[in-house]
Amino acid sequence: MRKADGRVLSQTKSAAVNPLKSSQPLGAAFAFLGVDGAMPLFHGSQGCTSFALVLFVRHFKETIPLQTTAMDEVATILGGADHLEEAILNLKTRTKPKLIGVCTTALVETRGEDCASDIATIKLKRAEELAGTEVVLANTPDFDGAIEEGWAKAVTSMIEGITRPGARARKPKKKEKKKIAILPGWNLTVADIEHLREMVEAFGLEPVILPDVSGSLDGTVPDRWVPTTYGGTHVEDIRGLGTAVQCIAVGEHMRRPAEVLHRLTGVPYVLFQSLTGLKSVDRFVSLLTVISGAAVPAKVRRRRAQLQDALLDGHFHFGGKKIAIAAEPDQLYQLATFFTGMGSEIAAAVTTTDASKILEKVPAESVQIGDLGDLERLAAGADLLVTHSHGRQAAERLGIPLMRVGFPVFDRLGSQHKLTILYQGTRDLIFEVANIFQANQHAPTPEALDPFRNREMPDELRSSPLARH
Amino acid sequence: MSSLNAKIQHVFNEPACEKNQGKDVKARKKGCSKPLTPGAAAGGCAFDGAKIVLQPITDVAHLIHAPLACEGNSWDNRGTASSGPTLWRTSFTTDLTELDVVMGQGERKLFKAIREIKEAYAPPAIFVYSTCVTALIGDDIEAVCKRATEKFGLPVVPINAPGFVGSKNLGNKLAGEALLDHVIGTVEPDDAGPYDINILGEFNLSGEFWLVKPLLDRLGIRVRACIPGDARYLDIASAHRARAAMMVCSTALINLARKMEERWNIPFFEGSFYGITDTSEALRQIAGLLVKKGADPELLERTEALIAEEEAIAWKKLAAYRPRLQGKRVLLNTGGVKSWSLVHALMEIGIEIVGTSVKKSTVEDKERVKQILKDENHMFEQMAPRELYAMLSEHKAAIMLSGGRTQFIALKAKIPWLDINQERQHPYAGYDGMVELVRQIDLAIHNPIWRQVREPAPWDCYPAVKDELPSTKSGTATVHAFKKFAGTTADDFGEC
Repeated sequence: MRKADGRVLSQTKSAAVNPLKSSQPLGAAFAFLGVDGAMPLFHGSQGCTSFALVLFVRHFKETIPLQTTAMDEVATILGGADHLEEAILNLKTRTKPKLIGVCTTALVETRGEDCASDIATIKLKRAEELAGTEVVLANTPDFDGAIEEGWAKAVTSMIEGITRPGARARKPKKKEKKKIAILPGWNLTVADIEHLREMVEAFGLEPVILPDVSGSLDGTVPDRWVPTTYGGTHVEDIRGLGTAVQCIAVGEHMRRPAEVLHRLTGVPYVLFQSLTGLKSVDRFVSLLTVISGAAVPAKVRRRRAQLQDALLDGHFHFGGKKIAIAAEPDQLYQLATFFTGMGSEIAAAVTTTDASKILEKVPAESVQIGDLGDLERLAAGADLLVTHSHGRQAAERLGIPLMRVGFPVFDRLGSQHKLTILYQGTRDLIFEVANIFQANQHAPTPEALDPFRNREMPDELRSSPLARH
Repeated sequence: MSSLNAKIQHVFNEPACEKNQGKDVKARKKGCSKPLTPGAAAGGCAFDGAKIVLQPITDVAHLIHAPLACEGNSWDNRGTASSGPTLWRTSFTTDLTELDVVMGQGERKLFKAIREIKEAYAPPAIFVYSTCVTALIGDDIEAVCKRATEKFGLPVVPINAPGFVGSKNLGNKLAGEALLDHVIGTVEPDDAGPYDINILGEFNLSGEFWLVKPLLDRLGIRVRACIPGDARYLDIASAHRARAAMMVCSTALINLARKMEERWNIPFFEGSFYGITDTSEALRQIAGLLVKKGADPELLERTEALIAEEEAIAWKKLAAYRPRLQGKRVLLNTGGVKSWSLVHALMEIGIEIVGTSVKKSTVEDKERVKQILKDENHMFEQMAPRELYAMLSEHKAAIMLSGGRTQFIALKAKIPWLDINQERQHPYAGYDGMVELVRQIDLAIHNPIWRQVREPAPWDCYPAVKDELPSTKSGTATVHAFKKFAGTTADDFGEC
């Protein structure tokens, strides 16, 4: 394991207690789900798919297209290429997808299967049958990475496999809108993507978003049965990403796909590590004005003013609060900078893997690579736990309120429709957190305020005894 | 792995399984699980099945020896309830990294993990589950468990059911085998008595066994072990001293029931706590078996008295629903024993069954359903999502009862749905549970949202009134049509 620097503490336990991670292939499937007419396919035993499927369904409350190559004992010993081929052909005839996104699992990766060459062979041999369906591969063993890595690998594989390479003429014809390629990280919700699109369109630009979960996982009711995703990025648009004038990547984990797009097509990219918080959004909006040459629309100015007001009203509730966060690296950065930007302090920061450069910038004393067991240990004395729904047990035991973020959120409705980015999302986050604090305030008691009692405890161990907003 | 193979062959050759006995030698050797179709398979693996059966044992630490996905993607997802210990809800996994796999450090990490759990949680036992990758790299979990048992002085039990060996159902059975090999009979109880029974295959979902246990308490019958619902390790270790057993989930633990009969002379019957007559029949059978094994025959009379009393109360409560539910059509899409017992119960109050899945049912189950439904056409092995959606959107059923997997097929077809599988929120066992189930069906069917979601938007109802502005006079939300009526077509199904 790589040690980023002294602040990133690697895991030393042998038994992970209450995992924080969801698996890497799940992250890849998640990204494929943001493409129209897609069918993610796990190359592994049927349980791998079943577990991921159930978890997706619990989170989204939607039917999720996800299939398996159903490796059995014989395939485990002799190799899974035949299963892979059969699965791809079966999916093609039964569901007619526009995209099959193959995600490997620990089982086939431990066997050391060369899935890339398997797929190349299948595509060659079955070219006729597979016409009209793209097949791409993400190498995503479960023993490495988590959602972030899986998501980024899937996006990279789609760009490498589908996007037409070569520099294109990017000067739009008259009356044609300038195209912007947007590569959002997995931590952006359906509402975030919708909002991001509206913001870009407000500047007269045409956004092409990959992946676009707002089209496929937003919970609409179609009037017929569709076995694949319905809605999301169109394969044709992925093919034409090279015609964008600019690429905007959101989250450090999207750097690699953005680089690959740049290498293949010459489209330049700008990376925003977070789109939450006034400063980052200002930078983003400035970029849009530069690209479009348009002035900032009145409604965007209005949203900014609303955020300023929310900062003023909200900061009373945040100042001095100790926050314990467990999240994937980019989301950890997004939330930690949000909280410190409001005057809170990050008392515990736990994350999934140590591969991301963003961890060096997380505003916390240290970042623990670990699980919810670590969060529970480090969070004693904190005012707020911030993690996904699995944190509920720790929150109960510690008696600390839990703010649910990320994936999975299975015990609250509407997590996909929560806005977390740009002026409006930052404003909403402020309100959400301030409301949690107000709902959980402690009434003053003589014991808690007794000056002599409090003197026995060193100041830094005290969770703001006088704060009772 | 050869011993695991032998075990699987052995489990497939289950003499107490009627379905199995109908097969010839060759078919039997092939096992009960049909080969899976890549790209068209659904359902869990053997590891999933093993964990489902064992994880509800509440005071045991369940340690999954695997890379992240096996446990990380699946923990804290079942609705079984505990009356005390909560350790079963804490998730433990060795979370193998690439380095662990490449360097062959799996066994050492597992041993250290066992030590950490013992030191931090001091559980009465630790169950260690093997999985695809750890089986593939040849980690010998039985050896590690044996060593750890000696070293740490607590039972460390290997559960050898890696995912690739087969289906969830096979995993259920392998879990039963693990209990037989390592747990049951290892502790002698000092309080065995003539009224002790075991309940096998009861998961205590939403605490529903607690709707039944008081009935047994009232009769002076003691549940020595309920496996696995709300079980403690010691209950199971001393389960071999029960006098009789009831097997609740017919296919999951049949090997366990039969072998306990063979080894410890514990007779069993297959029954169900779903439905009124089934609950009564179960109580009757329990009492009958206990008396046969030497309990005072007056138990039979007391049982009949209790049944008469409880049935009368339940029927009275149910009668209230008859006018609201009579003639309502229900589609049951669930496997195994739940089908026939529920079918019977619902028909008792005038509900019409328009179809039931018999995918997981035995030949005998199917025969029972056939007798009750009087029409074979209502039984189906399994239905493709598209067919199911078509059937529902044509309003051939007023409600579907199924598991979470098919939930959204019903909801997207705008048809009421009720969860009767493991993630459900309500207890349905026993007399009160049946009343609760009918109440939930009533609530679901009569919820006012159905009318709202089925009605098209007002501007889609009228023929086009082009370019007419919305009426602002009334101030209400009536917005007139801007575009032509775009009716939804029900026959527009994509291929599936």
